[in-house]
Amino acid sequence: MKKLLVSLIILSIILSAGNIFAKDWKKIRVGVEGAYPPFSFVTPDGKLDGFDIDIAKALGKAVGAEIVLVTMDWDGLIPALLAKKYDCIIASMNITEERKKKVAFTNKYYQTPAKFVVRKGTIKKFSTAALKGKSIGVQRASTNDTYLTDNYGSDVIVKRYGSQDDLYLDMSSGRLDMFVADSIAASDGFLKKPEGKDFEFIGPDLVDPRWFGAGSGIAVRKQDTELVNILNAAIDKIRADGTYKKIQGKYFDFNVYGE
Amino acid sequence: MDFSIIFSNLDIYFEGLKNTLILVSISLAIGLIFAIPLAVLRTSKNLFVSAPIQAYVYCFRGTPLLVQMFIIYYGMGQFELIKASFLWIFFKEAYFCALFAFALNSCAYTIEIIRGAIENTPHGEVEAAKAAGMSTFLRFRRIILPSAFRRALPSYSNEIIFMLHGSSLASVITIVDITGAARIVNSRFYSPYEAFLTAAVFYMSITFIIVWLLKKLEFKWYAHLRRE
Amino acid sequence: MLNLQGYGPSILQGTILTMELCLASLVIATFLGIITAFAKLSSNRTLNITATAYTTVIRGIPDLVLMLLVFFGGQIFINQLGPMVGYEEYIDINPFVAGVSTIGFIFGAYMAETFRGAILAVPGGQLEAGSAYGMSRSKVFYRILLPQMVRHAIPGFGNNWLVLMKTTALVSIIGLNDMVRMAGFAAGATRRPFTFYLVVAINYLILTSISILILNRLNKKYSAGFIKD
Repeated sequence: MKKLLVSLIILSIILSAGNIFAKDWKKIRVGVEGAYPPFSFVTPDGKLDGFDIDIAKALGKAVGAEIVLVTMDWDGLIPALLAKKYDCIIASMNITEERKKKVAFTNKYYQTPAKFVVRKGTIKKFSTAALKGKSIGVQRASTNDTYLTDNYGSDVIVKRYGSQDDLYLDMSSGRLDMFVADSIAASDGFLKKPEGKDFEFIGPDLVDPRWFGAGSGIAVRKQDTELVNILNAAIDKIRADGTYKKIQGKYFDFNVYGE
Repeated sequence: MDFSIIFSNLDIYFEGLKNTLILVSISLAIGLIFAIPLAVLRTSKNLFVSAPIQAYVYCFRGTPLLVQMFIIYYGMGQFELIKASFLWIFFKEAYFCALFAFALNSCAYTIEIIRGAIENTPHGEVEAAKAAGMSTFLRFRRIILPSAFRRALPSYSNEIIFMLHGSSLASVITIVDITGAARIVNSRFYSPYEAFLTAAVFYMSITFIIVWLLKKLEFKWYAHLRRE
Repeated sequence: MLNLQGYGPSILQGTILTMELCLASLVIATFLGIITAFAKLSSNRTLNITATAYTTVIRGIPDLVLMLLVFFGGQIFINQLGPMVGYEEYIDINPFVAGVSTIGFIFGAYMAETFRGAILAVPGGQLEAGSAYGMSRSKVFYRILLPQMVRHAIPGFGNNWLVLMKTTALVSIIGLNDMVRMAGFAAGATRRPFTFYLVVAINYLILTSISILILNRLNKKYSAGFIKD
């Protein structure tokens, strides 16, 4: 019995030693959220679509790799990446110092500001005093969450939601006075829809890099440095050859990359 | 595993602990207060009285607490009628919705427990009470209910524990109870083990304390069955 | 009011998944329950203590917390184990497996208590008589213990089944597309949460009622010839 065990251990060491050489990235699995229009959403016939999804497919084409999309709830995106459920995350995830402790990021692939949203006419002028005591919604553990908690945490009631949809539902039913979200997501996912007609943006663009980082990037496991380089090269390629512009034009009529 | 994250965020957990304890105790209290008269009414021979209560109990015991909570929290927000009325002041708050759902749920289960205990009253005692000329009210007050409470204690202890565990669902509608605190810490620091194990420890400690207290109560109430 | 706006089929699919989940979990729970019940009753101290620890811990933690722990932590755990034995590829724990194992694991503890009580309710004298007649351990189990134990176990078993069915609603929180989650999608898209959650509640009531009917008949069948004292 003992001999069997020892030989099994030696065998497994030999087998694992064989995995030291570089992984060749012919198939890249991408984790996406699917609940964040217009970047990532599910069409009525069950297909994934959106800016994030199109960028993922374009990057795959640029490096000649097959792209496999895997959906995951926002909260579970990074844990599942670390657990190797997929190889990278393309889910409008901002590059922040806190996240960099756990994962590596490529360069950004877009950068848009966040903003406050409020019911029309309830706040005349945006100020800390005007926010006092209000119920403000955010998606749990997003950059909006950290921003709101750190800057206004003691003055407002912070309500955290697992998904943007739940947040929009409570906002339209009147449970929330305001919310903080990415301006594009809020615009397409809420304000431009019929239930969002009584709401508007208020206050300044929120871009402070201390909370919002350096734009949205692709998250990769720290040890996969080669994949980071491959993806960075791919991002540069699609920006140079016009693919990025084409995808951008499909959803937005302005520049989402930032400078 | 890095538990230092937990120690620096214990304040969130204690906030959660406070909310859990408040939610559980108030829901149980309201449930119990309403369950006693309703259980008595449930035993009535009059169908108009017992049938509605039976229907209520059946619905609330036959559906998951999570679904009940969603209907109350999200569902109430759908109707313009409710939003325009004074009721909205209550249903707007997640806290109230959770309390309302938990209380309704606990009440239904408690009604069943007490009803079972009432119906298991030794028939001789009931007959004796009737023979002694006691009115229905007096009979319930002096003979049936006191022994029913004692008979119900083991089942009600289970109900208390189930309510404690059920309260973790409050985290699904934005309330920061123990589970809500764990979800925040998990999301912020990407440490599922530390976050949820700590929550588990909190819940187990409360469970043990409650079980210990209830054992003492059982000891006292079943004194007549002690063999010494 | 009951206009489902075309989301009916997806809710039906969710219902089917819920039923699959319930039945699969029941099998695991029953299996774990029997093993644990015997472990608790055995004279072997290690078995005894492990079984008691298992039931105590499970009954001390909310189902939701356990599910979140398995969902968020389980992936990482299994995938740390893999490389240790040289398996570099990804081991996928799909949400269905996670849900079934968690619920099965939880209710194994509750079933253990039910089965333990049922086993104890069979008069010990009969078991002794069986072995006195020279029956082997397994013969005693199948011919004497099991048939009578079933009768005592049915109420508790039935109860656990009903609670298990309702607990499966929690898998919607870890991303399994059961009927609660499908209702959530429909509610979000149509802004009619009350309608869809009511439909789900009615579905559960139907499942519960059917279960109670079946359990009553089982009870009658296994109580044949038994006079209640």
